[in-house]
Amino acid sequence: MTTTQPTATVTGGIGESPLRPDGAQKTRGEFAYSSDLWADDMLWGATLRSPHPYARIRNVDLTGALKLPGVYAVLTHEDVPGDNLYGLEHADQPVLAVDVVRYQGEPVAIVAADHPETARRAAAAIAVDYEVLTPVTDAEAAMRADAPVLHPGHEGGNVVRHCPIRFGEESPQADVVVSGEYTVGMQDQAFLGPESGLAVPAEDGGVDLYIATQWLHADQRQVARALGMPEKKVRLHLAGVGGAFGAREDLSMQVHACLLALRTRKPIKIVYGREESFFGHVHRHPALMRYEHGSTRDGDLVYVRAEIILDGGAYASTTSAVTGNAGTLGAGPYRVPNVRIDAYGVYTNNPPCGAMRGFGAVQACFAYESQMDKLAEALGMDPVDLRIRNAAERGTTMPTGQVIDAPAPVAELLERVRAKPMPARPTGPRDLRELPGGVANTTHGEGVVRGVGYGVGIKNVGFSEGFDDYSTARVRLEVIAGEPVVSVHTAAAEVGQGLVTLKAQIARTELGVQRVQIQPSNTFVGSAGSSSASRQSYVTGGAVKAACEQVRTAVLERAVEQGIAASGLAGGKVVSASQEVLADLVDVLGDEAVERTVEWRHRPTTPLDPLTGQGFAHVQYAFAAHRAVVDVDVELGLVRVVELACAQDVGKAVNPDAVLGQIQGGSAQGLGLAVMEEIQVVDGMVRNPSFTDYLIPTVLDMPPMSIDVLERADPHAPYGLRGVGEPPTLSSTPAIVAAIRAATGVALTRVPVRPEHILTHQGRGSAGETIGE
Amino acid sequence: MRVNVEVNGEQRTADDVWPGESLLYVLRERLGLPGAKNACEQGECGSCTVYLDGTPVCACLVAAGQVEGRSVQTVEGLAAKDELDPVQEAFVRTGAVQCGFCTPGLVVAAHDLVHRNPDATDPEIREALAGNLCRCTGYEKILDAVRLAAAKVRDGS
Repeated sequence: MTTTQPTATVTGGIGESPLRPDGAQKTRGEFAYSSDLWADDMLWGATLRSPHPYARIRNVDLTGALKLPGVYAVLTHEDVPGDNLYGLEHADQPVLAVDVVRYQGEPVAIVAADHPETARRAAAAIAVDYEVLTPVTDAEAAMRADAPVLHPGHEGGNVVRHCPIRFGEESPQADVVVSGEYTVGMQDQAFLGPESGLAVPAEDGGVDLYIATQWLHADQRQVARALGMPEKKVRLHLAGVGGAFGAREDLSMQVHACLLALRTRKPIKIVYGREESFFGHVHRHPALMRYEHGSTRDGDLVYVRAEIILDGGAYASTTSAVTGNAGTLGAGPYRVPNVRIDAYGVYTNNPPCGAMRGFGAVQACFAYESQMDKLAEALGMDPVDLRIRNAAERGTTMPTGQVIDAPAPVAELLERVRAKPMPARPTGPRDLRELPGGVANTTHGEGVVRGVGYGVGIKNVGFSEGFDDYSTARVRLEVIAGEPVVSVHTAAAEVGQGLVTLKAQIARTELGVQRVQIQPSNTFVGSAGSSSASRQSYVTGGAVKAACEQVRTAVLERAVEQGIAASGLAGGKVVSASQEVLADLVDVLGDEAVERTVEWRHRPTTPLDPLTGQGFAHVQYAFAAHRAVVDVDVELGLVRVVELACAQDVGKAVNPDAVLGQIQGGSAQGLGLAVMEEIQVVDGMVRNPSFTDYLIPTVLDMPPMSIDVLERADPHAPYGLRGVGEPPTLSSTPAIVAAIRAATGVALTRVPVRPEHILTHQGRGSAGETIGE
Repeated sequence: MRVNVEVNGEQRTADDVWPGESLLYVLRERLGLPGAKNACEQGECGSCTVYLDGTPVCACLVAAGQVEGRSVQTVEGLAAKDELDPVQEAFVRTGAVQCGFCTPGLVVAAHDLVHRNPDATDPEIREALAGNLCRCTGYEKILDAVRLAAAKVRDGS
């Protein structure tokens, strides 16, 4: 029977910005992060780490640790029951070092004690006899035939991966040629919630691990292998994650806590301090990049040649994939008929490097955008005009031979940031807090020069090069207390980005139901893949959407069986094709829930040809452009970023507020790389493992941001959406450096830019416009 | 040693405190109040900001013994159970929370600011919060939150 009541509106669906479900808990301090966990009778774990970047272990004496009161266990590699080697792409990293340590901070032994200080003291009381070796610290030197081989079993010596890209002619001729050598320092993700977790031994002989991670199932696989246990006995539960940015892709304390828990039969909590955290996760690969760009006199790109050397440090982590990104995206978002790139990821004795937001594309973007500015100068062209003239678009063939088959509004993004109004020129006395040097009171405006710069970047979304990239979602629709309720269960890691909000939005839109419960993420449902590569909205979003569609189909079939000619769900009702209300969803469902679990894949990619780098490597490309306005105190080399303008194509803004949050946060990390952030490594030793000496942007360092969000739907993606998190981290860095160059006239070639880079170059001066008195 | 301290209006006692422990450790591990966060434990990030006798401090820089007989208010004590202080409400409304690890410290620092100076200008807000690091947001929405909270305080007074 047809009813006439209007359909109630479901709010908080796709395209809206409902409040995040964990927001209130987080502001009240009641959200349980991995370092907040506690169990009865719990012990604390601590880790003894190598003080040397490269050394042979002659002997380990545990006596001193074992005799301390309060110590329950002291373990070394001999106590690892399964495979002592783990790794995301290559299993080359020891759970605990055996006879050699390859970086400063490599774990050698672990301790469990009744107080964290006791555990730390016990670790310090372990005597390790090292034969110190000369570390390999220069990535380029490490590639040479005469370099010491750091992983003797590895094919290719110290080269983890060489990614060649060969596209077009081998020796094209150009009218104008510019070349340059560019360097990117080692950046840290600097998430605020340190590596931590709680391992609880279970009655079945297995273990439950409550952990902050980016990919529960990748952790589960590696932990189970190290423990020599079937995966089903290693159950992982996502604890609150205090940021990630790539630094939680690799294991840190996961295996260690489980080993101690299984040995002591007590819950084990491990929490790294900030200093230990700098040694506890991988960093962004430092890069050395040599580029040559050739163009016609009119400014049409003829070729790009590049050699990109990425320092992967002591263990491979994700170096192979990072190298693939640097190579395949190394010519930038441009139409280039001839490309020859060689990207190398290399083993050294520096800290291991792996995933950080932008993942190989950040390093290349700094180099190719610096080159575009240099080329514009050589041509006497406006740098934005040059970029627009060569901008990639839908139909452009990438250097991998892959044709971009979705919108690629590179030119429009650039035009938009260029068209934005400039920040007001200061008049009258300046507020110190808005000047370079700030309240250090280094200038009142004298010697301060303003500059403007641009950058645009291209990033792949999702896992590439033939990786079987999928996510799993379980969706259940049932009646609870007289109301239809959707339950969504995935193993996807909420790391702050707002995936918990987005999953509920999708369920509301697809099933027309207001109330959605998001189940805790754990390994009791299939893998969701990693919360990285800007992929979760696309892949886990796609899985939730697909599972909802199957649930909807089943409900509609049930309605048809009940004699209702149903064709959709809306506002808690079953509706006809013309949105006419036919029945209450509650009545159609009755007491029987509908549940579907779906494993969802995006369209497949293919591996690259190992000799030519040709292949359909990436499922989706994403683009962002920045304009940066900076003030530089040219007498002191101090920089203040005055404004960042950004335009980004997100395909579909599934949650517009969360999209802005990603662009703002990503831009900030790009600013950090441009002018502040670098792990200082000298002879393989980290010199600044603290927030006193490793500086990330504060609210005083960040400028206001003006953001345009474009929605040019990708026809291949759920709702047309595009990954959002990474692109803004690419383009903000070169835009800021270009602005500093414009202000100073100094040919800056390395990030982060330090005062001495601005001051020690010849040609220091005021290419920009002086804004002081 | 034993530490007696008023926390969120309640007299609390912690026993067997090792003298090297910080107020942060005592709150988190002995008194069941993990709201103040352990991001750096060296006074650089502000994530452990609490009120000590009404003044915001980094709990990681206060030795446990220093709080004997004094009064501490943590982020958990800003509002009654299941309620939100206007500052907390503003952080939720404006999307100033992503991973949220910096949020408790920022909420306390912002709470202090808007009550001290509800008319704070943007540069004043930035200076007041410069001791609180956030890695997720780029601070734009945190500024929105503080402006909104300050407006609420102004309207309320």
